[in-house]
Amino acid sequence: MKILVCISHVPDTTSKISFIDNNTKFNVDGITFVIGPYDEYALSKAVDIKEANGGTPQITVLNVGGPETDPTLRKALAIGADDAVRVNAFPKDPLFVAQQIAAYAKDKSFDLILMGRESIDYNGGIVHSLVGELLGLPSVSPIMKLDLAGNKATVAREIEGGKEVLELSLPFVAGCQEPIAEWKIPNMRGIMSSKSKPLQVLEPAASSENTTYKSFELPPAKSGVKLIDAANVEELVNLLKNQAKVI
Amino acid sequence: MSVLVYIESADGAVKKSSLEAVSYGVQVAKAQGQEAHGVFIGNAPAEGLAGLGKYGLSKVFHVNNAELATANIQAYASALKEVVAKAGANTVVFSKSSLTDPVAARLSIKLGASIVTNVTDLPAGNSFKRSIFTGKAFAQVEVSGAQKIVVIRKNASEVIETGGTAAVETVSVSVNSADLAVVQKEVQKATGQVLLPEAEIVVSGGRGLKGPENWGIIEDLAKTLGAATGCSKPVSDADWRPHHEHVGQTGVKVSPNLYIAVGISGAIQHLAGVNSSKCIVVINKDPEAPFFKAADYGIVGDAFEVLPKLNEAFKKVL
Repeated sequence: MKILVCISHVPDTTSKISFIDNNTKFNVDGITFVIGPYDEYALSKAVDIKEANGGTPQITVLNVGGPETDPTLRKALAIGADDAVRVNAFPKDPLFVAQQIAAYAKDKSFDLILMGRESIDYNGGIVHSLVGELLGLPSVSPIMKLDLAGNKATVAREIEGGKEVLELSLPFVAGCQEPIAEWKIPNMRGIMSSKSKPLQVLEPAASSENTTYKSFELPPAKSGVKLIDAANVEELVNLLKNQAKVI
Repeated sequence: MSVLVYIESADGAVKKSSLEAVSYGVQVAKAQGQEAHGVFIGNAPAEGLAGLGKYGLSKVFHVNNAELATANIQAYASALKEVVAKAGANTVVFSKSSLTDPVAARLSIKLGASIVTNVTDLPAGNSFKRSIFTGKAFAQVEVSGAQKIVVIRKNASEVIETGGTAAVETVSVSVNSADLAVVQKEVQKATGQVLLPEAEIVVSGGRGLKGPENWGIIEDLAKTLGAATGCSKPVSDADWRPHHEHVGQTGVKVSPNLYIAVGISGAIQHLAGVNSSKCIVVINKDPEAPFFKAADYGIVGDAFEVLPKLNEAFKKVL
């Protein structure tokens, strides 16, 4: 069995976001980059599948990014991936990333292609669906549960107000989210072996991306909180009705 | 050429978010000197589809194949490809949902169209504003290509009534069996509740409520306001509340008119999920809770005392 896990290299969730060069570029100064949290659920699930199957499934982890993203791939190797692939290009839009993943995966017979439901930087939330369509495979996202029985899978997909249970056959593409698996903390053996596991760098395949990021902006700052005495809740109701006009 | 808007229903009625998409599509069509059409797949809502003309659609395509009565991502994308060709659409508008994001994405590949998701405003020419970094920022994205697919977020457009009736054209599409490879076995869904992503008002609780047995005061207030209930990540992690109520960076992102946060300290990850709310009220006994900095109104006080009183005060005016 072969599993491809696609990860993103993103600012950690506590990051304060700012822009430079006249609001045309994300300011990476002081930012800590991590494996996308949703992608880490996908990777953790792949490791669970490997452990449940006597260690035979091979896990390849892939990222589209420059050399600065290598430590993120090494972390994925420490968590339990067997080898890593970096497509050496800036991930400029969802279609570009999906085309890189599809070009890599198309002749490698992966049984599962897992990734997070979305990256937490650009939040496109569609790369799994694009990859599925490019490869002619089903795609399911966001999934919270994945059970395998031979060639069959049962997944729980989150929908508005609950979930749906779906059945499908391998191979397919899935976007993952909690609580599909517990995050793994790399142990010392994992960290040591991650340094010697293969990390292959590939140049990007042909692409046809068609969106361009022109500029960025931050939301307008709040004007400041108006505090209301706990003994005077009627005042809050009055303000919501007559000032904010939201009830 | 025309603009085509995908219409979704829930519990037998057209979703409010779909009406926003209709108004968005009508405005885009108008700017391009085109007509706006709608497309609905599955069993038509009880009110019918002709009434969508009231919002400016001149025609609604109703795809009524029996195989498509249950939502199916691949089959719906294939069906829409046919309807796009039939309608001669150069722009397809969706409102974001668990169904539309994947359907729109697959359709974009089938058509070779460009796609932009999480759009928050009407476009300026080919430039679309979208939410990024989980609501912490916005980007202007230039979209090229002959056909565009736009997935809008809640509140990207107001619902605008223009008056009129839409012609309804029933369409039967060819359904490829390979598209039906994913089979829905079961749906587990809360019924009779306001759904979080759609809600105009959200009442959310955090660890300050001390335990799941205390959620009654949140639910009572939500009931009075016709609101959805939400929670912080620690609360869903502890299984006090189901995961689909988790609001935040790795949960549901909401943009209601009113967000009431009770006993939630306001970690940056939680704020990311709520900061596009129009008005935020924070109730917390800790005056230093960071959430107050992101709030419009605040009450420093014990939720167990404040909430029942607030509930009674709302009841008097609603």
